[in-house]
Amino acid sequence: MNLKLAFQIAQTHLLAKKKQTIVAMLGVTFGISMYIVMISFMSGVNQFLFDIAIDGSPHVRLYNPVENKQASPAEIHYRGSDNLVMINGKRPKNEPPRIKNGLKIAKEIEKMPGVTGVMAQATSQVFFNNGTVQMPVTVVGTDADKEISMYRLDKKLESGSIKDLKTQEDAILIGSGLAEKMNLRAGQSFSLTTPEGGVFRLKTAGTFSTGVAAIDNSRAYAELKTVQKLLDKGPDYVTDIQVRMADKDDAIDFKKQLFTYYGYKTEDWQEANAGILAGESIRYVMTIVISATLLIVAGFGIYNIMNMNIINKMRDIAILKATGFQGKDIVAIFLIQALIIGFLGGLLGLGIGFVLSWLISMTPFPAGDFFKIDTIPVSFAAKYYIAGLGFGMLTTLIAGYMPSKKAAKVDPVEIIRG
Amino acid sequence: MTYKMNTILKATKIVKTFTDPEPFQVLKGLDFSVDRGEFLSIVGKSGCGKSTLLYILSTMDTEYEGLLEMAGEKLTGLSQNKLSAFRNEHLGFVFQFHYLLPEFSALQNVMMPALKLGKYSKSEIEDRAMEKLRRVDIAEQALKPASKLSGGQQQRVAIARALINDPAIIMGDEPTGNLDKANTQRVIEIFKELTIENKQTIIAVTHDMDFADSGNRIIEMTDGLITGERILQA
Repeated sequence: MNLKLAFQIAQTHLLAKKKQTIVAMLGVTFGISMYIVMISFMSGVNQFLFDIAIDGSPHVRLYNPVENKQASPAEIHYRGSDNLVMINGKRPKNEPPRIKNGLKIAKEIEKMPGVTGVMAQATSQVFFNNGTVQMPVTVVGTDADKEISMYRLDKKLESGSIKDLKTQEDAILIGSGLAEKMNLRAGQSFSLTTPEGGVFRLKTAGTFSTGVAAIDNSRAYAELKTVQKLLDKGPDYVTDIQVRMADKDDAIDFKKQLFTYYGYKTEDWQEANAGILAGESIRYVMTIVISATLLIVAGFGIYNIMNMNIINKMRDIAILKATGFQGKDIVAIFLIQALIIGFLGGLLGLGIGFVLSWLISMTPFPAGDFFKIDTIPVSFAAKYYIAGLGFGMLTTLIAGYMPSKKAAKVDPVEIIRG
Repeated sequence: MTYKMNTILKATKIVKTFTDPEPFQVLKGLDFSVDRGEFLSIVGKSGCGKSTLLYILSTMDTEYEGLLEMAGEKLTGLSQNKLSAFRNEHLGFVFQFHYLLPEFSALQNVMMPALKLGKYSKSEIEDRAMEKLRRVDIAEQALKPASKLSGGQQQRVAIARALINDPAIIMGDEPTGNLDKANTQRVIEIFKELTIENKQTIIAVTHDMDFADSGNRIIEMTDGLITGERILQA
């Protein structure tokens, strides 16, 4: 088969009917540009949420949840028998959710391959006393340096200084929403009540904002030893070990490994952020469905135009076949026309899609209290543009194939005899 | 089977039946052969089956009974692709309604079957095409789009296209049907030259008795049978 000749014939046909060619192209252009806009916007939002949620959380977390772990004597007695044992209102033992030898475990994990950062934390629920009102807050006893190196806490700082956490006694960094409700600024003091009933006075080292209001309204950071003091525990009291890895996709295997090593409950970033990740897949499916619909509509447009084209070209097809062109040559001629339409229409669609995405990325977006964001997040990843062009070509290939196949079946005798 | 060295086409017991709307036998068992360099006309009233016969000879219609051989090759039963390749190399066509590709220039139309054959380079094909156009006396219109040419000019371009691959046989379906007297005379002269100078064979279906009388032989058909044959002296 002579592709160069087929290409030349296809090109001549397209140029002879410029208007028709452009209309067919615009169908693809519309489909692809909408695909680009949709996917850029959706993946921009996904990326934004991902960054907020996943970049601020550990890849693997080791902790000791409060659970009814121990079997009751009745359950032990009847184990293995046919009797059904039901115990209502079972309660856990009064055990703090600590990890024994937590600091040592953290040191061990730090030496494991693939691990980029490990931090031992002690977390507790406390109440901030705001006059007579008590506000529930999660205090994270942590290492300020590691919060900076692992989670870029310094970038989230709104006022004050993180260093004060380390250098000053009883210093605490509080969420911006919390600071507003408590009427606190950096340097001011307030009191809090621990679950055991102890009351402490702490000094605000500064405020931070993660962009997620739920966190900014209820979280505070202090040095590990400060929280240990609040809880009246020794310097080895640790409730959480957080691990960051070079490749977050290794987290699932590493999580299992840690569980078998230490026996404490482990959780990876996907489990911890299941809500956000579920939203991502829903948005992704929506994008695909809408884009596919647009491309199918464009495909039908091309199918129609190619069909018309072939009906108009019956005589040409007959003469080509009479002079020795084979069925596959005819298929090539019309398929190449469809592909040229798909390629040029697709390229134009990418351009228009890019401009529209860029305009969207400049649009102010009032996201309310939940997220802190100024403009609509838009992704400009090259892979979406490559996929867009690929889908466009694929659609035109499929839409062009059926009419081309029909053209190849044209019986020249019928046409030439009239 | 005796086979003269000189025979270019041999048709044996060709039967063609149309099934739609009702079974109807158009060709009722035709036997004939054509020699190399012959100028053969097939004449007969409308509906006698002469066009049907021509399209079977052209290899485009494959639904017939009997045996068809050309240039020493048995063509009956070959695949469409093989027949396309055979047509491309060994057959040239001239039709009543010209049938050029309207968006292409006269030159491109002539080059097309040669580009498909791919025997020569593009520049060689272009030279050859110009030579064929000169031969039919239309070289000055080579770069004009086919749709801008007059009927007589288009027919001459179609002849040039039929000649481009130096086919053994040139088939015509009313090749002068749409032409005035002057143009008809030119086509006849060109065909005569081809049979004499190049030993190429002309097989044409025609109503035009001037055209038929200019050849070597006339086959007359009636109701799907050969009913008469006349040998002419050039």
